[in-house]
Amino acid sequence: MTDERPPEIPGELPEDVDRLLGAIQYEMAGEFPVEQGYIWTSCASVENGNPLFWDDEVAADITAGPIAPPSTLSVWFRPHHWAPGRSEQALPLQVHFDLKARFDLPEAVMSDNTIIFHEPVRPGDRLRTHQVLRSVSAPKTTKLGTGRFWVIDVEYFNQHDELVGIESYTGFGYKRAAAAANPVAIEEATR
Amino acid sequence: MSAPATSSRTLTEVSVGQHLPDLSYDVSATTIVLGALAARDWRPMHHDHDFAVNRNGTQDIFMNTPNQAAWFERYLTDWSGPTGRLGRMTFRMLGSVFPGDTMVLTGTIDSVATDDAGCGWATVDVTLAVEGDTKTTCRARIALPVSPADNPWSRRGPAWTP
Repeated sequence: MTDERPPEIPGELPEDVDRLLGAIQYEMAGEFPVEQGYIWTSCASVENGNPLFWDDEVAADITAGPIAPPSTLSVWFRPHHWAPGRSEQALPLQVHFDLKARFDLPEAVMSDNTIIFHEPVRPGDRLRTHQVLRSVSAPKTTKLGTGRFWVIDVEYFNQHDELVGIESYTGFGYKRAAAAANPVAIEEATR
Repeated sequence: MSAPATSSRTLTEVSVGQHLPDLSYDVSATTIVLGALAARDWRPMHHDHDFAVNRNGTQDIFMNTPNQAAWFERYLTDWSGPTGRLGRMTFRMLGSVFPGDTMVLTGTIDSVATDDAGCGWATVDVTLAVEGDTKTTCRARIALPVSPADNPWSRRGPAWTP
Protein backbone atom coordinates (compact mmCIF):
# COMPACT_ATOMS: atom_id res chain seq x y z
CA MET A 1 0.00 0.00 0.00
CA THR A 2 1.44 3.39 -1.00
CA ASP A 3 1.27 6.30 1.42
CA GLU A 4 0.60 9.37 -0.75
CA ARG A 5 0.52 11.82 2.12
CA PRO A 6 3.12 14.62 1.94
CA PRO A 7 6.05 14.27 4.34
CA GLU A 8 5.52 15.89 7.72
CA ILE A 9 7.43 19.07 8.51
CA PRO A 10 8.79 19.03 12.06
CA GLY A 11 6.95 21.51 14.27
CA GLU A 12 4.01 21.85 11.91
CA LEU A 13 0.71 20.05 11.80
CA PRO A 14 0.13 18.12 8.55
CA GLU A 15 -2.03 20.20 6.20
CA ASP A 16 -4.86 17.68 6.02
CA VAL A 17 -5.11 17.62 9.82
CA ASP A 18 -4.76 21.40 10.12
CA ARG A 19 -7.76 21.80 7.80
CA LEU A 20 -9.90 19.77 10.21
CA LEU A 21 -9.33 22.11 13.17
CA GLY A 22 -12.67 23.77 13.96
CA ALA A 23 -14.49 21.92 11.18
CA ILE A 24 -17.84 20.25 11.89
CA GLN A 25 -17.63 16.49 11.29
CA TYR A 26 -19.83 13.45 11.73
CA GLU A 27 -23.20 15.14 12.18
CA MET A 28 -25.61 12.60 13.57
CA ALA A 29 -29.18 12.45 14.86
CA GLY A 30 -30.18 10.27 17.79
CA GLU A 31 -32.00 7.05 16.87
CA PHE A 32 -34.89 7.74 19.23
CA PRO A 33 -36.43 10.57 21.25
CA VAL A 34 -35.40 11.13 24.84
CA GLU A 35 -37.63 8.86 26.87
CA GLN A 36 -38.89 8.85 30.43
CA GLY A 37 -38.35 5.12 30.93
CA TYR A 38 -34.64 5.42 30.30
CA ILE A 39 -34.47 8.42 32.64
CA TRP A 40 -35.88 6.27 35.44
CA THR A 41 -33.58 3.36 34.53
CA SER A 42 -30.58 5.68 34.72
CA CYS A 43 -31.70 7.09 38.07
CA ALA A 44 -32.34 3.58 39.39
CA SER A 45 -28.84 2.45 38.38
CA VAL A 46 -27.30 4.93 40.82
CA GLU A 47 -30.22 5.18 43.26
CA ASN A 48 -30.73 8.84 42.37
CA GLY A 49 -33.83 10.00 44.23
CA ASN A 50 -33.72 13.61 43.05
CA PRO A 51 -37.43 14.55 42.97
CA LEU A 52 -36.87 16.45 39.72
CA PHE A 53 -36.90 13.06 37.98
CA TRP A 54 -39.65 11.34 40.01
CA ASP A 55 -42.17 14.00 41.05
CA ASP A 56 -44.01 15.87 38.29
CA GLU A 57 -45.04 18.66 40.64
CA VAL A 58 -41.45 19.35 41.70
CA ALA A 59 -40.34 19.23 38.04
CA ALA A 60 -43.12 21.63 37.04
CA ASP A 61 -42.18 24.01 39.83
CA ILE A 62 -38.40 24.01 39.35
CA THR A 63 -37.67 23.05 35.75
CA ALA A 64 -40.95 23.89 34.01
CA GLY A 65 -41.62 20.21 33.42
CA PRO A 66 -39.71 16.91 33.39
CA ILE A 67 -36.05 16.86 32.39
CA ALA A 68 -33.38 14.18 31.97
CA PRO A 69 -30.45 13.96 34.39
CA PRO A 70 -27.72 16.11 32.83
CA SER A 71 -25.18 13.28 33.05
CA THR A 72 -27.27 11.22 30.60
CA LEU A 73 -26.40 13.60 27.75
CA SER A 74 -24.58 11.02 25.64
CA VAL A 75 -27.04 8.20 26.39
CA TRP A 76 -29.41 9.43 23.68
CA PHE A 77 -26.82 8.81 20.96
CA ARG A 78 -25.70 5.31 21.70
CA PRO A 79 -27.10 3.11 18.95
CA HIS A 80 -29.28 0.08 19.55
CA HIS A 81 -27.29 -3.11 19.99
CA TRP A 82 -29.02 -4.38 16.87
CA ALA A 83 -31.28 -2.85 14.26
CA PRO A 84 -32.66 -4.35 11.03
CA GLY A 85 -30.56 -3.74 7.95
CA ARG A 86 -28.06 -1.55 9.71
CA SER A 87 -24.62 -1.17 8.19
CA GLU A 88 -21.57 -0.19 10.17
CA GLN A 89 -21.98 3.07 12.03
CA ALA A 90 -19.56 5.84 12.85
CA LEU A 91 -18.22 5.61 16.39
CA PRO A 92 -19.31 8.33 18.80
CA LEU A 93 -15.75 9.63 18.86
CA GLN A 94 -14.88 8.85 15.28
CA VAL A 95 -12.50 11.83 15.06
CA HIS A 96 -10.40 10.20 17.79
CA PHE A 97 -10.14 6.98 15.82
CA ASP A 98 -9.44 8.92 12.62
CA LEU A 99 -6.48 10.62 14.30
CA LYS A 100 -5.12 7.34 15.60
CA ALA A 101 -5.19 6.01 12.05
CA ARG A 102 -3.86 9.22 10.48
CA PHE A 103 -0.80 9.33 12.73
CA ASP A 104 -0.39 5.55 12.88
CA LEU A 105 -0.73 5.50 16.67
CA PRO A 106 -2.12 2.11 17.71
CA GLU A 107 -2.71 2.89 21.38
CA ALA A 108 -4.72 5.66 22.99
CA VAL A 109 -6.06 6.80 26.33
CA MET A 110 -8.50 9.53 27.21
CA SER A 111 -6.89 11.64 29.89
CA ASP A 112 -9.67 14.15 30.57
CA ASN A 113 -13.37 14.36 29.86
CA THR A 114 -15.34 17.55 30.53
CA ILE A 115 -19.12 17.82 30.13
CA ILE A 116 -20.69 21.27 29.97
CA PHE A 117 -24.45 21.51 30.43
CA HIS A 118 -26.60 24.11 28.70
CA GLU A 119 -30.36 23.89 28.00
CA PRO A 120 -31.97 20.99 29.89
CA VAL A 121 -32.79 17.86 27.90
CA ARG A 122 -36.47 16.87 28.15
CA PRO A 123 -38.47 13.71 27.41
CA GLY A 124 -39.52 13.79 23.76
CA ASP A 125 -36.53 15.84 22.61
CA ARG A 126 -34.85 14.74 19.39
CA LEU A 127 -31.17 15.51 19.74
CA ARG A 128 -28.43 15.81 17.15
CA THR A 129 -24.70 16.01 17.53
CA HIS A 130 -21.48 16.68 15.70
CA GLN A 131 -17.77 16.44 16.45
CA VAL A 132 -15.17 19.23 16.24
CA LEU A 133 -11.40 18.78 16.43
CA ARG A 134 -10.10 21.65 18.57
CA SER A 135 -6.36 21.00 18.79
CA VAL A 136 -3.58 18.53 18.04
CA SER A 137 -0.21 18.77 19.78
CA ALA A 138 3.25 18.33 18.39
CA PRO A 139 4.72 14.89 19.09
CA LYS A 140 5.25 14.30 22.81
CA THR A 141 6.86 11.54 24.83
CA THR A 142 5.23 10.42 28.08
CA LYS A 143 5.74 7.35 30.26
CA LEU A 144 3.22 5.56 28.05
CA GLY A 145 5.06 6.20 24.83
CA THR A 146 5.46 8.75 22.04
CA GLY A 147 2.46 10.28 20.34
CA ARG A 148 0.19 13.32 20.25
CA PHE A 149 -2.47 14.87 22.44
CA TRP A 150 -5.70 16.07 20.87
CA VAL A 151 -8.88 17.77 22.06
CA ILE A 152 -12.24 16.86 20.51
CA ASP A 153 -15.57 18.52 21.31
CA VAL A 154 -18.84 16.67 20.84
CA GLU A 155 -21.63 19.26 20.66
CA TYR A 156 -25.27 18.38 21.29
CA PHE A 157 -28.36 20.30 20.14
CA ASN A 158 -32.10 19.82 20.55
CA GLN A 159 -34.82 20.04 17.89
CA HIS A 160 -34.99 23.82 18.43
CA ASP A 161 -31.27 24.11 17.54
CA GLU A 162 -30.51 25.06 21.13
CA LEU A 163 -27.17 23.91 22.51
CA VAL A 164 -27.86 21.38 25.24
CA GLY A 165 -24.31 20.37 26.04
CA ILE A 166 -20.71 19.88 25.02
CA GLU A 167 -18.48 16.94 25.85
CA SER A 168 -14.81 17.75 25.50
CA TYR A 169 -12.28 14.93 25.39
CA THR A 170 -8.51 15.10 25.67
CA GLY A 171 -6.95 12.03 24.08
CA PHE A 172 -3.38 10.82 23.80
CA GLY A 173 -2.61 8.54 20.87
CA TYR A 174 0.77 6.85 21.12
CA LYS A 175 3.12 4.06 20.28
CA ARG A 176 3.92 2.16 23.41
CA ALA A 177 7.30 2.58 25.06
CA ALA A 178 9.03 -0.77 25.49
CA ALA A 179 8.69 -0.88 29.29
CA ALA A 180 5.43 1.03 29.65
CA ALA A 181 2.65 -0.32 31.79
CA ASN A 182 -0.54 -1.30 30.02
CA PRO A 183 -3.45 0.90 31.22
CA VAL A 184 -5.86 -1.89 30.46
CA ALA A 185 -8.83 -1.00 32.59
CA ILE A 186 -9.05 2.65 31.70
CA GLU A 187 -11.54 3.18 28.94
CA GLU A 188 -10.25 4.55 25.70
CA ALA A 189 -13.38 6.45 24.90
CA THR A 190 -16.75 7.12 26.39
CA ARG A 191 -19.38 5.39 24.33
CA MET B 1 -24.61 7.26 53.27
CA SER B 2 -26.23 10.45 52.04
CA ALA B 3 -29.92 10.70 51.23
CA PRO B 4 -31.42 12.79 48.44
CA ALA B 5 -32.18 16.31 49.55
CA THR B 6 -35.67 17.51 48.88
CA SER B 7 -34.97 21.02 50.15
CA SER B 8 -32.56 23.33 48.42
CA ARG B 9 -29.17 24.47 49.59
CA THR B 10 -28.40 28.12 48.93
CA LEU B 11 -25.00 29.61 48.18
CA THR B 12 -24.97 31.40 51.54
CA GLU B 13 -24.80 28.01 53.27
CA VAL B 14 -21.63 27.01 51.42
CA SER B 15 -18.03 27.92 52.19
CA VAL B 16 -14.60 27.02 50.88
CA GLY B 17 -13.16 23.94 52.54
CA GLN B 18 -16.57 22.57 53.52
CA HIS B 19 -16.89 18.80 53.13
CA LEU B 20 -19.87 17.09 51.58
CA PRO B 21 -21.23 14.00 53.37
CA ASP B 22 -19.45 10.81 52.21
CA LEU B 23 -21.32 8.32 50.08
CA SER B 24 -20.27 4.69 50.53
CA TYR B 25 -21.66 2.00 48.23
CA ASP B 26 -20.97 -1.72 47.91
CA VAL B 27 -20.53 -2.42 44.21
CA SER B 28 -21.85 -5.71 42.86
CA ALA B 29 -21.86 -7.22 39.39
CA THR B 30 -25.46 -6.00 39.17
CA THR B 31 -24.30 -2.43 39.87
CA ILE B 32 -21.84 -2.62 36.97
CA VAL B 33 -24.19 -4.32 34.50
CA LEU B 34 -27.23 -2.20 35.37
CA GLY B 35 -25.14 0.97 35.08
CA ALA B 36 -23.74 0.01 31.69
CA LEU B 37 -27.12 -0.95 30.26
CA ALA B 38 -28.78 2.17 31.69
CA ALA B 39 -26.14 4.12 29.75
CA ARG B 40 -26.82 2.00 26.64
CA ASP B 41 -23.22 0.81 26.71
CA TRP B 42 -23.31 -2.70 25.30
CA ARG B 43 -19.58 -3.32 25.29
CA PRO B 44 -18.75 -6.72 26.79
CA MET B 45 -16.13 -5.56 29.30
CA HIS B 46 -19.00 -4.12 31.31
CA HIS B 47 -21.11 -7.29 31.50
CA ASP B 48 -19.10 -10.32 30.34
CA HIS B 49 -16.66 -11.59 32.97
CA ASP B 50 -14.88 -13.93 30.57
CA PHE B 51 -14.35 -11.16 28.01
CA ALA B 52 -13.14 -8.71 30.65
CA VAL B 53 -10.64 -11.15 32.14
CA ASN B 54 -9.43 -13.08 29.12
CA ARG B 55 -9.63 -10.43 26.39
CA ASN B 56 -9.16 -7.17 28.27
CA GLY B 57 -6.83 -8.56 30.89
CA THR B 58 -8.71 -6.90 33.74
CA GLN B 59 -9.58 -8.61 37.02
CA ASP B 60 -13.32 -8.47 36.34
CA ILE B 61 -16.00 -6.44 34.55
CA PHE B 62 -15.67 -2.77 35.48
CA MET B 63 -17.86 0.32 35.84
CA ASN B 64 -18.16 2.38 32.68
CA THR B 65 -17.50 6.11 32.47
CA PRO B 66 -21.08 7.36 31.85
CA ASN B 67 -22.31 5.42 34.87
CA GLN B 68 -19.58 6.99 36.99
CA ALA B 69 -20.81 10.38 35.76
CA ALA B 70 -24.30 9.43 36.94
CA TRP B 71 -22.90 8.49 40.37
CA PHE B 72 -21.13 11.86 40.60
CA GLU B 73 -24.33 13.69 39.61
CA ARG B 74 -26.34 11.79 42.22
CA TYR B 75 -23.70 12.54 44.88
CA LEU B 76 -23.73 16.27 44.12
CA THR B 77 -27.49 16.71 43.92
CA ASP B 78 -28.06 14.63 47.06
CA TRP B 79 -26.15 17.47 48.71
CA SER B 80 -27.51 20.44 46.77
CA GLY B 81 -31.16 19.50 46.51
CA PRO B 82 -33.18 19.74 43.31
CA THR B 83 -32.46 23.43 42.62
CA GLY B 84 -28.75 22.64 42.31
CA ARG B 85 -27.96 22.77 38.60
CA LEU B 86 -24.81 21.21 37.21
CA GLY B 87 -22.79 23.50 34.97
CA ARG B 88 -19.84 21.31 34.16
CA MET B 89 -17.98 18.20 35.27
CA THR B 90 -14.38 17.28 34.47
CA PHE B 91 -13.29 13.70 35.03
CA ARG B 92 -9.90 12.11 35.32
CA MET B 93 -9.91 8.34 35.20
CA LEU B 94 -7.10 6.79 37.23
CA GLY B 95 -8.31 3.24 37.82
CA SER B 96 -11.30 0.95 37.61
CA VAL B 97 -14.16 -0.02 39.89
CA PHE B 98 -14.96 -3.75 40.07
CA PRO B 99 -17.64 -5.94 41.66
CA GLY B 100 -16.83 -6.46 45.33
CA ASP B 101 -15.36 -2.98 45.74
CA THR B 102 -16.79 -0.56 48.26
CA MET B 103 -16.58 2.78 46.54
CA VAL B 104 -16.54 5.94 48.61
CA LEU B 105 -17.33 9.36 47.17
CA THR B 106 -16.04 12.38 49.04
CA GLY B 107 -16.27 16.04 48.14
CA THR B 108 -14.78 19.36 49.20
CA ILE B 109 -15.79 22.89 48.23
CA ASP B 110 -12.91 24.52 46.37
CA SER B 111 -14.50 27.87 45.54
CA VAL B 112 -17.70 29.85 45.90
CA ALA B 113 -18.56 32.74 43.59
CA THR B 114 -21.29 34.75 41.93
CA ASP B 115 -20.85 35.49 38.23
CA ASP B 116 -21.62 38.72 36.33
CA ALA B 117 -25.18 37.52 35.64
CA GLY B 118 -25.81 37.00 39.35
CA CYS B 119 -25.66 33.20 39.21
CA GLY B 120 -24.16 31.54 42.28
CA TRP B 121 -21.56 28.83 41.76
CA ALA B 122 -19.76 26.31 43.91
CA THR B 123 -16.80 24.36 42.59
CA VAL B 124 -16.58 20.95 44.21
CA ASP B 125 -13.69 18.49 44.04
CA VAL B 126 -15.10 14.99 44.24
CA THR B 127 -13.08 11.80 44.59
CA LEU B 128 -14.26 8.25 43.99
CA ALA B 129 -11.97 5.89 45.90
CA VAL B 130 -11.78 2.21 46.79
CA GLU B 131 -9.91 1.32 50.00
CA GLY B 132 -8.33 4.77 49.91
CA ASP B 133 -7.07 4.34 46.34
CA THR B 134 -8.44 7.11 44.10
CA LYS B 135 -10.09 5.67 41.00
CA THR B 136 -11.67 8.79 39.49
CA THR B 137 -11.61 12.48 40.28
CA CYS B 138 -14.37 14.88 39.26
CA ARG B 139 -14.21 18.65 39.44
CA ALA B 140 -17.77 19.94 39.25
CA ARG B 141 -19.20 23.42 38.90
CA ILE B 142 -22.71 23.54 40.26
CA ALA B 143 -25.08 26.49 40.36
CA LEU B 144 -26.89 27.08 43.65
CA PRO B 145 -29.63 29.60 44.45
CA VAL B 146 -28.21 32.84 45.82
CA SER B 147 -31.38 33.24 47.90
CA PRO B 148 -34.45 31.10 48.65
CA ALA B 149 -36.32 32.90 45.85
CA ASP B 150 -33.62 32.23 43.22
CA ASN B 151 -33.75 29.25 40.83
CA PRO B 152 -30.69 28.50 38.66
CA TRP B 153 -32.85 26.37 36.34
CA SER B 154 -34.69 29.50 35.19
CA ARG B 155 -31.49 30.92 33.69
CA ARG B 156 -31.08 30.85 29.91
CA GLY B 157 -28.88 32.42 27.23
CA PRO B 158 -26.38 34.97 28.59
CA ALA B 159 -27.71 34.45 32.12
CA TRP B 160 -26.37 30.86 32.04
CA THR B 161 -22.59 30.62 31.60
CA PRO B 162 -21.55 27.18 32.81
